[in-house]
Amino acid sequence: MSALPDPSPEIADYAHPERLVTTAWLAEHLGEEGLVVVESDEDVLLYDTGHIPGSVRIDWHLDLNDPVTRDYVDGERFAELMGQNGIGRDTTVVLYGDRSNWWAAYALWVFTLFGHPDVRLLNGGRAAWVAEGRPMTREAPRREPAEYPVVQRDDSRVRAFKEDVLAHLGRPLVDVRSPGEYSGELLHMPDYPQEGAVRGGHIPGAANVPWGRAAAEDGRFRPRDELEELYLDEAGLSPDDEVVAYCRIGERSSHTWFVLTHLLGFPHVRNYDGSWTEWGNAVRVPVARGTDPGTVG
Amino acid sequence: MSAGDLPEALAEIAADFAAATTRQRLDLLLEFSDELPDLPERYAGRLDELEQVDECQAPVFLTVEVEDSPGRRVHLFVDAPAEAPTTRGFAGILHAGLDGLPAEEVLQVPDDAPMRLGLAEAVSPLRVRGMVGMLSRIKRQVRLKAAAG
Repeated sequence: MSALPDPSPEIADYAHPERLVTTAWLAEHLGEEGLVVVESDEDVLLYDTGHIPGSVRIDWHLDLNDPVTRDYVDGERFAELMGQNGIGRDTTVVLYGDRSNWWAAYALWVFTLFGHPDVRLLNGGRAAWVAEGRPMTREAPRREPAEYPVVQRDDSRVRAFKEDVLAHLGRPLVDVRSPGEYSGELLHMPDYPQEGAVRGGHIPGAANVPWGRAAAEDGRFRPRDELEELYLDEAGLSPDDEVVAYCRIGERSSHTWFVLTHLLGFPHVRNYDGSWTEWGNAVRVPVARGTDPGTVG
Repeated sequence: MSAGDLPEALAEIAADFAAATTRQRLDLLLEFSDELPDLPERYAGRLDELEQVDECQAPVFLTVEVEDSPGRRVHLFVDAPAEAPTTRGFAGILHAGLDGLPAEEVLQVPDDAPMRLGLAEAVSPLRVRGMVGMLSRIKRQVRLKAAAG
């Protein structure tokens, strides 16, 4: 049993409004059967300082990544994680988090690898909920475990590997990192720890659209016309394009993947989660430096 | 885990963490986050005079004062935002474990002390690196200020 879509005009213009809910919709439906709210943040402890009543925490690092191999968890582990959080295959999952849903979008993308049918983002994330003075609690939720089937991860549709990107060169790529990382002046995000890339720059031909430009000051997504201006007019993408988005480890580009796929309705967008921490260390892959996208070969 | 070469207060904290489950470690870390003292009045609005900890994902600033008396006791001041409770928790642990110690003892704290709290499993090794950065900056400041005084 899943919840009905949110019919709010705030999200009605997007290509797939059923992938978003508003804070008002969530407040009204909180606690309903068939709905589980999941918080996913950059800071693993933020949930403990207060969360939406009844919500559970899923952490990108501790829960969604394999602890040994650089990869996501497998179908067995994902089923276990869902089950212990009271999520069934037919549950409506609403994800929200800090930093304009940056990490929540990453979690949503991982849910998509497992084909979870109904997974949505809370427009505006944690900041919008808090700014409206809606309830938060430190109380741990009590959720009955659920049965979740073991579904094999499908990496073929929304995920790109390095080999896929090499084969894709010459077609549209979006680099969603900061301009300094794109040009090669910086090897990592401003204000963030060095996470080890031995070369700076970008994949030749990639347009630079920093991920945060898709979000407004209040953390909500920008309206559809503004997003079209950004990705269609400015970055030159077209909805029929096959697009690959990347960043440093694939989290910021999940946010852009969500925007292109669900808000603008591009059907063929993949996220390259190896991103610059793989490409910037790989031997003999082409790299472009400077502010110009550059060309291949 | 060996806590033998940690100062007493930090060794006690390490022992508490060692005895806790992964879940309880997060609760403990949250307590340290809640207990991190605010910056005193004299540092209010003067973050630019403090040292930024680049290893942390959140904007964190710290400074140390070394008493100009024979004990050369160290006082630690850290500013970290409420939206970054993990980072605040790291700062809270270092504050509880090091504040008031003689400079010499602070300098003897092993650089890998943050790795011995069992936090890597609770919050991920990547995040614990921020705390290693904080400790090394504290020690560097203590070394400079103790030598200058």
